[in-house]
Amino acid sequence: MNHSISLTVNGARRDFVLDDPRVTLLDLLRERLHLTGTKKGCDRGQCGACTILVDGRRINSCLALAISHGGADIVTIEGVARGDQLHPVQAAFIAHDGFQCGFCTPGQIMSAIGMMSEAQAGNDPERIRECMSGNLCRCGAYAGIVDAVLDAQGQMDETNQRRSA
Amino acid sequence: MKPFDYVRPATVTEAVAAGAHPGAVYLAAGTNLLDLMKGNISRPDRLVDVTHLEGLDGIERLADGSLRIGALVSNADLAHDAGFARSYPAVAEALLSGASAQLRNAATVGGNLLQRTRCAYFYDTASRCNKRDAGSGCDARDGENRGHAVLGWSENCIATHPSDFCVPLVALDAIVEIEGSNGRREIALEALHRLPGDAPERESALEPGDLIVAVRLPPVASGFAAHARYLKVRERTSYAFAMVSAAAALRIESGKIAEARLALGGVAAKPWRARAAEDVLKGVAPTADAFQEAAWRALTDAKPSGDNAFKIELARRIVVRALTLATAVTPARLPALPASPFASTSGAIHA
Repeated sequence: MNHSISLTVNGARRDFVLDDPRVTLLDLLRERLHLTGTKKGCDRGQCGACTILVDGRRINSCLALAISHGGADIVTIEGVARGDQLHPVQAAFIAHDGFQCGFCTPGQIMSAIGMMSEAQAGNDPERIRECMSGNLCRCGAYAGIVDAVLDAQGQMDETNQRRSA
Repeated sequence: MKPFDYVRPATVTEAVAAGAHPGAVYLAAGTNLLDLMKGNISRPDRLVDVTHLEGLDGIERLADGSLRIGALVSNADLAHDAGFARSYPAVAEALLSGASAQLRNAATVGGNLLQRTRCAYFYDTASRCNKRDAGSGCDARDGENRGHAVLGWSENCIATHPSDFCVPLVALDAIVEIEGSNGRREIALEALHRLPGDAPERESALEPGDLIVAVRLPPVASGFAAHARYLKVRERTSYAFAMVSAAAALRIESGKIAEARLALGGVAAKPWRARAAEDVLKGVAPTADAFQEAAWRALTDAKPSGDNAFKIELARRIVVRALTLATAVTPARLPALPASPFASTSGAIHA
């Protein structure tokens, strides 16, 4: 039996016919939309490489059935820059060497963006490490990742202060 | 993953009818179920998606002072609800010590209660497992079993229940509201999970079609808010299941313990309420000697199921430490590493 769903992906409405309910959001993004920035690492919810925002919240897309998420608003790594202007978190990862091989990086960046909107960690490195523990980095670039997130958080705090001043 | 039919009921009544079919299972966030299905450990014929049912995602204070938590409230939303964390700090701490932020954003209250064991032999379909394949045997019994049960286990199964959330909930006498083929009923959370005995494949008191719709905390549960902690030892600092955990909650009046609540995680096939330890604490001053006595009482019946005798001593120490931390006033803000014995928290005294 076929099932039809609509999603908003990086601001654009996309319609799908699913001929099999086993399709995850991760596979839909990669195989149907060819948005391959979202990575399939473990495919079992353990590594965080597949992290995306669904209705503004970071989740593991490998453990989410597409068929259950009709109507969702999805943001992937392909949707965070504005043209050639990188998202502050993307720029901070480059500035602080927050990666080596880069495979986990889209998930790290999406997780960091989600974490900032959750507003639980602030600029406390210990809380950032805890709140980012769902994203593994086999190259061990954690020190750079924490620095990048701290820097990006600081920039966003400044921007918010300027706006409210 | 085995193919399955997908149905999305519009009402709880429709869900229960669809869920009662042989081979049907409920799908909430799927953070555990999808993982099990990908590994061919769970092979349902039909998924009944309950995530779109109305009215199951609220946190509601009832007139009698109870708190009713809808089964579809996410772990993150519950833990970060300021009123909830203030009234039930040990529950919030337990929630935030479990899984990762991504998983907590998705995973639901009802799903957390019904998550399956993380026993590696249960997950490995090449191994014998009485829980996965009734009557096939238990390869954990003579296998790598340092993380396995020390309480309530049987020769048929030595797996543990992995939930953190359930541990303080069972200490606080949480009630589970269930919608089933014969209508609504409720049971104590302590009676939801079953010990393995000779039927480890039967993990809960639920019947086919039973759907958990809410968890309720009784009025007295918020009376422990000033002295309530969850403490969890794991093999890495974050994003790991408990080796041993404890929820401790005290009501202290005029320097004495008016009432104590204590439950252990990671030690049995169910969240383990330690009533004998609670009894020994009632009416006494919160001293190190009293906590040691409580710890001995809590583990009186413990025995190793393999290479895990250390967990018994570890559990005693975690009980003493959790009670010590609970005696100090509950911190206004959770520590950066929730439930970690390595957190830099005031009031921590090494057991």
